Amino acid sequence: MHLHAQQSHPPAPLLTLNALDTLWLQVTGTLCNLACRHCFISCGPKNDNHPFMSVSQVAEAISGARAKGVRDYYFTGGEPFMHPDIFRLIDIALDAGPLTILTNGILIGADEAARCREIFDSSRHSFDLRVSLDGTSAAANDPIRGGGSFEKIMAGIRALADAGLNPVLTVTEVDEATPESREKFRTLLAAAGLQRPRMKFLAPFRIGREERRGRSYERFERLAEGDLIEGEEELLQCASSRMVTAKGWYPCPILIEESGARMGGTLEDATRAIRLDHPACYTCHVEGVSCRT
Amino acid sequence: MSGRSTDTPGSDRFTIAVFGGVYNNYLALEAVLEDAQARGAVSKYCLGDMGGFGPHPDRVFPLLRDHGVRCVQGNYDHSIGHGLDDCACGYTDPRDNHFAQISYEYTRANTSPENCEWLRALPPELRLSLAGRRVLLAHGSPRRVNEFLWESTTPDPFIERLLAEHDADLVLVTHTGIHWSRQLPDGRGVINVGAIGRPANDGSTAVWYCLLHVDPSTKDLVHELVSVAYDHERLAAEMRAEGLPEEFVETINTGWWTTCLEILPAKERHRSRY
Ligand code: SF4
Ligand code: SF4
Ligand SMILES: [Fe+2]
Repeated sequence: MHLHAQQSHPPAPLLTLNALDTLWLQVTGTLCNLACRHCFISCGPKNDNHPFMSVSQVAEAISGARAKGVRDYYFTGGEPFMHPDIFRLIDIALDAGPLTILTNGILIGADEAARCREIFDSSRHSFDLRVSLDGTSAAANDPIRGGGSFEKIMAGIRALADAGLNPVLTVTEVDEATPESREKFRTLLAAAGLQRPRMKFLAPFRIGREERRGRSYERFERLAEGDLIEGEEELLQCASSRMVTAKGWYPCPILIEESGARMGGTLEDATRAIRLDHPACYTCHVEGVSCRT
Repeated sequence: MSGRSTDTPGSDRFTIAVFGGVYNNYLALEAVLEDAQARGAVSKYCLGDMGGFGPHPDRVFPLLRDHGVRCVQGNYDHSIGHGLDDCACGYTDPRDNHFAQISYEYTRANTSPENCEWLRALPPELRLSLAGRRVLLAHGSPRRVNEFLWESTTPDPFIERLLAEHDADLVLVTHTGIHWSRQLPDGRGVINVGAIGRPANDGSTAVWYCLLHVDPSTKDLVHELVSVAYDHERLAAEMRAEGLPEEFVETINTGWWTTCLEILPAKERHRSRY
């Protein structure tokens, strides 16, 4: 499998950063308390390829982003709530703008949920949580996310619901989506106490562990100059966002484990144009994927 | 059309009215025009989205023209004006799209060719100079017709950037349907004037718009967001008679949104009933 067999391809489109609207922070790097089979960056308890960010790294990235007029912030990982200073990091981000945390919810118990609620109420900016789940039962979810994970994730969702918060449920659609399958998620959330469910369905990325789980990218699934349709440049998340980890700056969360994707050690390094030469860019192009809420 | 024309009212004693999101609600439009007149507005501006949601699309146009309202083009106006297939609101929830499509098709079918032509010709923005401030009137945001500027997701540094990039001291927008305003320490800022076609998802049937005038003592521009009651029961009855979705009628009657909730940020969603 040659991920970068560019020699046989025409040059990929070059995409300039229109404006830095969104900053993604990989606060816990690739460390996660799950090891989901579809995880596009192969996170897990032992993957410290990208370690935790320090509080000062986070503060520095956010202050640079603030100076550039960034509109919103996202924390991801790995699992952000594994970070020992997560609530300090949340305060730092919410002081600068709205924050969304992508979490599997497992570490959110009653105390954490209550703390989140307090922050939600006192912040002038929106504070949002996105919890990911893959099936409406342990039988459907656990083969993908790991044994026992369904119950733990649902416990986290219930804790948030009990605290009066309404997280967005994100579902990676490994198989074909149907209205019925989506309705099942609605029922599940209602049973967990979320009467006004918020749901987001995502297309899977066939890199990382997902490449081994499902089919990998075909060689033609690669973008070439001229492939982008009119107006698409603006829709791709890498046209208006960047990712920072403990190891530096990247075009997007999807590519942080891909060799050659690192743009440098500073925000300034990360403002240059990028070449959309990765097969995952093809998924973005076809599915119109945006990771925003 | 450049939309860069600059208007300067003659004296520094004036009031102007700015509203948006008419959504076919000609009864609310009448009430707002009357209210603005009573409060001494010398000129009136509309930030777009004339259609959608309510009944009898063609009834708002004579009102806008007769009152000399200067208008900006919204995403809905662009879509209806050009006869596009949908309103370009960008909802992803199938239920939202279902309802949005019903009102879009109703509006398209009931907007005359002359009014479509008028919508097509609207400028994307207007610029005014008021009390020495550069005022920019846009639909969604100064940079994108369908960008949502919500209170809880529009931080100050982002406002600073928008103002700097668009050579403005004050930006007025609509498109979200919920009014709010923010003033930076130096007096510059953003006002979302809300919508007059649909209540603000706050349990009240009234609708909101904005008045701008010069403070006689400081000589600086000040604004006021005001709510206006109108005959919403009559509107609800007309919507039913036109066969528009009962979900929309409920919003008019209760002040709570029943669809398109997905677009609300967490904080604004938390305050809503559904
Ligand atoms: S998909 Fe999310 S929860 Fe699962 S291993 Fe990856 S980072 Fe962890
Ligand atoms: S994977 Fe998607 S978001 Fe990342 S650089 Fe490629 S096109 Fe952009
Ligand atoms: Fe709009």
